[in-house]
Amino acid sequence: MLMGLFNNWIVVVLMMIGLYIVIAHGNLIKKIVGLAIFQTSVFIFYISLAKIDGGTAPILSDNYTLYSNPLPHVLILTAIVVGIATTALGLALVVRIKEAYDSIEEEDIQRQDNLPQDNQVQDSQLLTKNETENKA
Amino acid sequence: MNLSLELMLQLTIIIPFLATLAIVATGHKPNLREGVTITACLVLIYLVVNLYQGLLLGNSISVFWWELLPGLSISFDIEPLGMLFALIASFLWLITTFYAIGYMRSHAEKNQTRFYLCFAIAISAVMGIAFSANLFTLFIFYEVLTLSTYPLVTHAGTEKAKKGGRIYLGILLSTSIVFLLLAITSTWFVAGTLEFNLGGIFSEDVDKTVAGVLLVLFIFGIGKAAIMPFHRWLPAAMVAPTPVSALLHAVAVVKAGVFTILKVCVFIFGIDLLAVLPTTQFLLYLAGASVLLASFIAMRQDNLKARLAYSTVSQLGYITIGALLATSSGVIGSSMHIATHAFGKITLFFCAGAILVSLHKSKISEMRGIGKQMPLTMIAFFIGSLSIIGVPPTGGTWSKWFLMMGTIETEQWVLMMILMLSSLLNIAYLLPIPFHAFFPNLSLNKALKKALNSTSSKETNATSNNATEQVAPSGMTLTKSQIKEAPLPSLIAIGVTTLGCLVIFIYPQPLYELATAVLTGGK
Amino acid sequence: MIAHLPVLQVIVPLMAAPICLLLKRAQLVWLFSLITSGLAFLISILLLQQVMATGVISYELGGWQAPWGIEYRIDKLNAFLLLIISAISTIVLFAAQTSIEKEIPKSKHTLFYVLYLLSLTGMLGIVATGDAFNVFVFLEISSLSAYALIALGKDRRALWAAYQYLIMGTIGATFILIGIGLMYQMTGTLNMVDLSQRLPEVAQTRTVFAAFGFVIVGVCLKLALFPLHLWLPNSYAYAPSIVTAFFAATATKVAVYLLIRFTFSVFGVSFSFTTIPLQTLFMALGLVGIFVASTAAIYQKNIKLLFAYSSIAQIGYMIVGFSMATVTGLTATLLHMFNHALMKSAIFLALAAIVYRLGNVQLSSFHGLGRQMPLTMAAIVIGGLSLIGVPLTVGFVSKWYLLMAIIEQGWWPVAVLILLGSLLAVIYVWRIVEVAYFKEPLANQTPVKEAPLFFLIPIWILIIANIYFGIDTRLSVQVAQSAAMTLFGVTP
Repeated sequence: MLMGLFNNWIVVVLMMIGLYIVIAHGNLIKKIVGLAIFQTSVFIFYISLAKIDGGTAPILSDNYTLYSNPLPHVLILTAIVVGIATTALGLALVVRIKEAYDSIEEEDIQRQDNLPQDNQVQDSQLLTKNETENKA
Repeated sequence: MNLSLELMLQLTIIIPFLATLAIVATGHKPNLREGVTITACLVLIYLVVNLYQGLLLGNSISVFWWELLPGLSISFDIEPLGMLFALIASFLWLITTFYAIGYMRSHAEKNQTRFYLCFAIAISAVMGIAFSANLFTLFIFYEVLTLSTYPLVTHAGTEKAKKGGRIYLGILLSTSIVFLLLAITSTWFVAGTLEFNLGGIFSEDVDKTVAGVLLVLFIFGIGKAAIMPFHRWLPAAMVAPTPVSALLHAVAVVKAGVFTILKVCVFIFGIDLLAVLPTTQFLLYLAGASVLLASFIAMRQDNLKARLAYSTVSQLGYITIGALLATSSGVIGSSMHIATHAFGKITLFFCAGAILVSLHKSKISEMRGIGKQMPLTMIAFFIGSLSIIGVPPTGGTWSKWFLMMGTIETEQWVLMMILMLSSLLNIAYLLPIPFHAFFPNLSLNKALKKALNSTSSKETNATSNNATEQVAPSGMTLTKSQIKEAPLPSLIAIGVTTLGCLVIFIYPQPLYELATAVLTGGK
Repeated sequence: MIAHLPVLQVIVPLMAAPICLLLKRAQLVWLFSLITSGLAFLISILLLQQVMATGVISYELGGWQAPWGIEYRIDKLNAFLLLIISAISTIVLFAAQTSIEKEIPKSKHTLFYVLYLLSLTGMLGIVATGDAFNVFVFLEISSLSAYALIALGKDRRALWAAYQYLIMGTIGATFILIGIGLMYQMTGTLNMVDLSQRLPEVAQTRTVFAAFGFVIVGVCLKLALFPLHLWLPNSYAYAPSIVTAFFAATATKVAVYLLIRFTFSVFGVSFSFTTIPLQTLFMALGLVGIFVASTAAIYQKNIKLLFAYSSIAQIGYMIVGFSMATVTGLTATLLHMFNHALMKSAIFLALAAIVYRLGNVQLSSFHGLGRQMPLTMAAIVIGGLSLIGVPLTVGFVSKWYLLMAIIEQGWWPVAVLILLGSLLAVIYVWRIVEVAYFKEPLANQTPVKEAPLFFLIPIWILIIANIYFGIDTRLSVQVAQSAAMTLFGVTP
């Protein structure tokens, strides 16, 4: 039982590690890394569920009767592309955030948002107070 | 002109609405703008009177406009009660417009175009309410009325006006959304229709508890009827200019409230069902409490408009009681009271406005001796008061008579006592005003004083103390000032409504016939 | 041509996006995007007509047969959604060029339209497709472009909001992906119709339960259901105004559509609502969401933030209707999707116009705005009345159906709560009205003019639609009702 679902266990562990990093770490880059691990675990899940013991690649030939399901593999190619796009966009955002806030630590950024801003109108203090409430 | 009655019916709603466009277009020329309003009033009265004659001839007049949701339509139908309401509202709109011309100009109010504009929309909504053929249509116009009168209440644009407007809109919208809408949807669900139908729309075997709860929801939901505890909006709305208080908060808005209650009682529940519902008695006592409490509060008000507002709350309770009594005399009394109270109360409000414009006084304690300066106004005030109290020779006599009869028929002795007591209280808070105006140095006559309860006598003492200080200055002004009545258009308006109070007493026949026809469907 | 409409609906904006890059000049790109979006709108009208007349349209992408190839399946539900999305997109785009002039640096104008069209493509794709995995792909297309669009906001907090949205959105999308994977594991198919036929056989397995859980949580993240709504307020508040107007009206609707599609079509009513206590859960979350978000809205000083919270509350109404699992309830939800799109796009466009003139939407800058920008403020007031649910506006129609659905079930306390919820809307709308109409303009405030026509025309088109569909309810009610009936398998 335990070994039979070996691949699933790995997926779950990776998934939890990824999610934990996203939630627990304040560094924006690390969050993206966590997100990537989380996504990768799902890719592994898809790939492994298509694998059949002793199966080969799906080649249309009379010599091979047992082959792995190609569809999930194809799907996950798409998902990997999506994952890369997400990571790239996330990292690009982090660069912009670094430029704007001069920091990539979540706490730092939130603290800066709470400070009254020069270019905002007078009640920005109240505004940011509300924001922190939202975030909290 | 040869218009069909159906077309006329629609025009009563469309004409005031179209008038708004003309009012906006002529906004920069006050004379023309007021001309437009008056023309619209006259056309409206012409239409309503024609419809009235049509109704008397036994025509059934109904119009279907639009099906909003499957089974729920905007449609109109004329029956005697709505006719009564429309007649009063359209006639008093004309009078009030005359009054407003004098008042608004001599008071130099700002944004007069917006004022006349909202006024016209409000009247259009009132016509919609009066002629609506189903609860759904009524609800739509009910909300239009609330929203269109909001700018009128907050007309002054001051902090106080804003606060008043907030209470006004807050109470009227919340009650209508939370209770009334819930009641309407539930009724639709239980009865399967919302068409007004003499004798009610609920089937015989309807669950009495459910119907009872619905009745409570309706009475609470119709916040415009100002039944306690949802009456606070009416005094709050008194920040509005006096013509608004006069027409809308003595006639159109509050009467739309009690009119809706009457409609619901007679045409949704039907008086037979109403009489057996478990919650009717509770609501009767609630309305009774509203009558009494409001009278007591009225006595303690020094601001004349606030006193009149609480007096209105109390009088609205009468109408609600009449409707809930579920007898023919109750319904007749209520219907007549809509008319008689309208004439009486609008006269009083006109007078209050006239005093404000001419003498810049709004406190009752400052009004001693003003009878010398404004004799006509104060005589009108006296007659208006008599009508509210219900003493001959004024119209109020009849409606109070039928309401009393209703309580006696149903053996509601407690309510009868409440009504009697309240009439006495009316005397206590209304009559001293004209009395002191004419006889500033006399204290009220002993016999009358005994009739009052302790609270009010304290107040009379207080006012008489004030009076001793006031006699001197007012005496001085008297020497140089002669008569200083309100502007002529306003004075004419006061005269007409006062006359109305008297005419209804002498010639109540048409009113009585309409009121009795309510329960027979005009046949 | 007509036969290819379902795919054209998605392909047209998709192809138009890269062409924008070639056109370069911002004005030209704007015109081109507007035409593209208008074309999509036209296609959606044709599709809806066709669906109402002949029933479901099934389109096999590339000619591959249905369970194996990707199928685009247009029924009444998604034809209705396609119409909402493309219509709002077109109307909003009309004001786009004027609005972004002040909010987005000139060099990024072309890119803005590219992203906008991609986002539109994504949403149309999610709705049009009948393939579960395809949903994920389009979801990511629309989300990725949405993150970038939000990050274009003037305020630096837009970046932070976009980043948060990216993290939450990706987690949500990945959850959906896991759910789809689990379903595939059990049934070996990705086609929704096929799934709905095969799932019942294995319904009692833990894998299907897990799949359901993952999909629902993922979708709820996307639709900002309380308590998964934390990404929404800041994203809406700091995104460029035009983006907010577009997303507020469409993005969450698409997520609600997914929720309906998965629970009703894929898993089936009996599984979603009988086997799993979705009803109680969603009812509770919806109600709490209405109250928490409406209360939060009352305390906001930034009006965009205020209406963002109001959007979360409105989603609560849709969820309550949905949780009833009756035809009337679902009709109410669908109607509210349509109606809410109309009100919110109108309100946010009006706010965009105010940003254009004032540079911000702080409540304190609204002083005296009722006189300075009468038409724009009137639009906000009417939109607000519609939010409250005053008769003769669209808000009333959906509220009426929602109430009917609740009363049908006999849940009186819920009915009262719903109505109390709309009182909260009265409070937050009226706070704006009082400031705009009763406060004199501040001394240091430079007087502003009425918004330019490029704003007024789309705003008032939407406002008139708000009133028109509040009076003539035939189209919206008929479509919503028959879509709901189809989902329940009742023949209308």
